[in-house]
Amino acid sequence: MIRAALLWLLSALPALAASEDIVAGLSQNRVSITADFEGSEILIYGAVRRTAPAPPGALHVIITVEGPSTPITVRKKERTAGIWINREAVQVTSAPSFYAIATTGHLRDILSETENLRHQITIPRAIRAVGISQQAQNAPDFLQALIRVRESEGRYRLNERSVQFTQATLFRTDVILPANLTEGMYRVRIFLTRDGQVVDRIERQINVRKEGLERFLFNLSRDQPLIYGLLSLLIAVLAGYGASAAFRFLKR
Amino acid sequence: MQIFLPIADISVNLFLLLGIGGVVGFLSGLFGVGGGFLITPLLFFIGIPPAIAVATGANQVVASSVSGVLAQVKRKAVDFPMGFVLLAGGLFGSAGGVWFFARLTAAGQVDLFVQLSYVLFLGLIGLTMFWESVIALRRSNKPGGPIRRSHTHNWVHGLPFKMKFRASGLYISVLPPLAVGALVGFLAAIMGVGGGFIMVPAMIYLLGMPTKVVIGTSLFQIIFVTAFTTLMHAITANTVDMMLAVLLIFGGVIGAQLGAQVSSRLKAEQLRILLSLLVLGVAAKIALDLLLRPSELYTITPGLLP
Repeated sequence: MIRAALLWLLSALPALAASEDIVAGLSQNRVSITADFEGSEILIYGAVRRTAPAPPGALHVIITVEGPSTPITVRKKERTAGIWINREAVQVTSAPSFYAIATTGHLRDILSETENLRHQITIPRAIRAVGISQQAQNAPDFLQALIRVRESEGRYRLNERSVQFTQATLFRTDVILPANLTEGMYRVRIFLTRDGQVVDRIERQINVRKEGLERFLFNLSRDQPLIYGLLSLLIAVLAGYGASAAFRFLKR
Repeated sequence: MQIFLPIADISVNLFLLLGIGGVVGFLSGLFGVGGGFLITPLLFFIGIPPAIAVATGANQVVASSVSGVLAQVKRKAVDFPMGFVLLAGGLFGSAGGVWFFARLTAAGQVDLFVQLSYVLFLGLIGLTMFWESVIALRRSNKPGGPIRRSHTHNWVHGLPFKMKFRASGLYISVLPPLAVGALVGFLAAIMGVGGGFIMVPAMIYLLGMPTKVVIGTSLFQIIFVTAFTTLMHAITANTVDMMLAVLLIFGGVIGAQLGAQVSSRLKAEQLRILLSLLVLGVAAKIALDLLLRPSELYTITPGLLP
């Protein structure tokens, strides 16, 4: 009887072993852009929950943080009549305003191409560019340029091996959000991979919003542009008048 | 200390902005110009998007012109009727410029056009001013030379719709001032400048106005044209960044007053040579940017082509 039960348990093990899932949290799920905003650091941490011993094969973690996507126009300068002028343009359907990847290992070792295609994990996969080959010659160059420019601005980042992974169970990483942040919902995705296959994934969100004076000015400029413009002028006139009055007073 | 600009959506060093405002204000006080032609390119250099730099630059010029015109009104150096005629032309020019600016932005050529306008106008004005001052300096060193008459009759005086401008002592057609106003308004909208550096020579050489009312009158009408431009940019494109403007203005008004103090200790000809060299320097820097191969050939702009 006991032997039978043991046998059943052993045969059931592989099925149970597949159920490894992620438990995760963020140090903050809200980022406020205020006047003195200098960027923010978000701690992403979690653990792998298992109901059975881990199957063979090294476990890896991939974390992506993705800002709101917008359409993008990429233009290329060419020398025309001696000066450099924007000529060819390519329209990219949608590209994230921010994209950071943190992993426990080299991406090409821990993620298969089919899984990348399915979950759109790497930076080139996160950019959706439909039908750009008809828009310009060497259209892929435009995409590479988009990635290059945004990487130099700190908007796109690939940090391989920046996730600490303790005993294949506990993981943590810090993702730096730069100061030039676009507001919106930021999507955090955490993938667990083994032998290039995604074992589990979860999603969290970070709400990035302008706050206080920033929020007020931004909303006013969009909702009441006339009042906003008049207010800008009023400040300018008062400052101009105030300065000349103040200095006349000082001279006396 | 960084400060986040709500409309430009970037974070810039607070003291850098105050410094730019202060230095440009100092120069504008020193030379009696609005300083828009310096502040807008400087904003380009520190990475403010051109559309926001131009609109916010116009807002800054309002403050420095108000500061300047008050002293001129006190000296009775403002020809108000002339100011209103220039202004009428200026509003048309500004509206046209804002419209044209929006079209250029859509075509992706706004940077190029703004840069070309800067090179062309700053180069032209800088050279003229430099040449004039060199001649004036030579003449002042050599007494007894011919005196240039400011009031010569030319084709301008044959046009219809004549009007009397008492403070300037002129009886001329309103068409040339309207045209000058419109041109300057157009440039104000596109280049984010007040246009004083074009207005002043045009008033002296084209309209034959006496020098003593030129600065005050041009400042007077620049206030309204740049105010109108700011408003138009704020409404049509939401490109005025109030946070940026306040910091530039704060640095600027203080710098302007200090500059005005220093300028009273320098000779007029020396000032003009210095100003012309400054103008030529800015023009040369922008021209080089256009001529040299950029380190990054590609530029990215959010949004789709229309």
